Amino acid sequence: MFSILVDHIEKHFTRVKALNDISFTVDKGELFGFIGPDGAGKTTLFRILTTLLIPDHGKALVNGLDVVKDFRKIRQDIGYMPGKFSLYSDLTVEENLNFYATVFGTTVAENYDLIRDIYSQIEPFKKRMAGKLSGGMKQKLALSCALIHKPSVLILDEPTTGVDAVSRLEFWEMLKRLKNSGISIVVATPYMDEASLCDRVALIQNGKIMAISPPSEVIKTYPRQLFSIKSDDIFSLLNDLRQIPQMHTVFAFGQSAHISFKQEPLTENFLYEYLCKKGHSNIKISHIQATIEDCFMDLMIKPQ
Amino acid sequence: MYSPEAENIIVVKDLVKKFGSFVANDRLSFEVKKGEIFGFLGANGAGKTTAIKILCGLSYPNSGELTVGGFDIYKEREKIKKNIGYMSQRFSLYDDLTVFENIRFYAGIYGLRRRVIEERASALMEKLAMKESRNMLIRDIPLGWKQKLAFSVAIIHHPKIVFLDEPTGGVDPITRRQFWDMIFEASRNGITVFVTTHYMDEAEYCDRVSIMVDGKISALNTPENLKKQYDAESMNDVFLKLARTKVN
Repeated sequence: MFSILVDHIEKHFTRVKALNDISFTVDKGELFGFIGPDGAGKTTLFRILTTLLIPDHGKALVNGLDVVKDFRKIRQDIGYMPGKFSLYSDLTVEENLNFYATVFGTTVAENYDLIRDIYSQIEPFKKRMAGKLSGGMKQKLALSCALIHKPSVLILDEPTTGVDAVSRLEFWEMLKRLKNSGISIVVATPYMDEASLCDRVALIQNGKIMAISPPSEVIKTYPRQLFSIKSDDIFSLLNDLRQIPQMHTVFAFGQSAHISFKQEPLTENFLYEYLCKKGHSNIKISHIQATIEDCFMDLMIKPQ
Repeated sequence: MYSPEAENIIVVKDLVKKFGSFVANDRLSFEVKKGEIFGFLGANGAGKTTAIKILCGLSYPNSGELTVGGFDIYKEREKIKKNIGYMSQRFSLYDDLTVFENIRFYAGIYGLRRRVIEERASALMEKLAMKESRNMLIRDIPLGWKQKLAFSVAIIHHPKIVFLDEPTGGVDPITRRQFWDMIFEASRNGITVFVTTHYMDEAEYCDRVSIMVDGKISALNTPENLKKQYDAESMNDVFLKLARTKVN
């Protein structure tokens, strides 16, 4: 049985079609990522899965239960961390956790094992008001509260947005441990580099899923040859590469530019000489494997 | 562009800011050169926002000598405010005003005359290919446009320095890069850019990067030199090496 099954879901709001024919499944114990920018439809989808919003069309099952008819039962089975910090700012860390445990008819002591790793890091601050915590600490408390009733499915809406690189890494290490304990996890993120940490990812943009695959498969589907080019001046490099008539895309990646071509790629020699003529120095050109971000941008500019 | 010979546009010397017994900025010292893109990085809670508020003239330090755009942070705060622009992910444009009304509002606050506002608004909408959307409400335009417009509005009065506090959080990867094209352009036009971000690939676009840990600057150099210094492949690795030791 799938932990989550979504079948041709659609959702409209007055101004926009937020979800357009969305279908996917999540296996038991899978770490499934939704990768996409703000406004892609991730939150709408998650609100449907957590029984907070009713779809216009299609059907969605969580642990085999229907999100519309069986919403009460589903709520017992899932843990949800909304994108916006939604705990009580004027309760302490400890009070928030106790509150959520009580609402679900359990106690902190009963499920402490599940949250030990995460909660122990903020326990020294348990008397502090939740509103006074730093971003990384809020996120750990929110995850603890989402887990305290021992859910079988965890739904996390952008848990790492606005979080620094160190805390992000730690957060994903925690998710891996939870997954290994058998919990199914669906997580949304705008950070493309986090995709590689999921079992499978769905790339989502403008309410449509553009691709669903394990991350290692996504990068194999990149349809073009890709080159990474460096020189001493990234700004001019980008502009000069964009002048090449045969180019398809030129995107900055840190201090390098990634370039792909419409048809046959130009040779490295040609590119080298072209850039020399334009006055670049310390030019380095290499043929590279696409990253998830390259794939995402390629899918974005494809005519839909 | 960074040039060691350029004049200092921001000078921070021994900045201390405390909240009760908590030291948010612990004798911070650094200089920003005119025209450079200065990346101001650090873990959550390292003290970045506190320092930015002080540099923007919104909060006083406990001690330290600071000038921004040549103006003293204690005595010339109003002059500082006129000479800087500010944009963050959270605070940008008014949803229930149109594109043009937002431009007029911000330009008006900075005291631009009506004719100048009209000129700059037209030029801006031309450049952003948004002429058709002049009378659309901000809430009806795509997020990517909003971000670009918010940045343009933040520099509508041609400030000496623009402060960007996580300007690209949550935007799609193409818009993020178009946004950086605008930053590069502003920098070429002589505007000094002071930017914070959690995207480490963006740290590589900066001329120089500082990394704050626990209220202090632990490193400040060009991305290239930082990578050499910390024997790291990328700025992400540099950041992890420096900030990981910290308990948050």
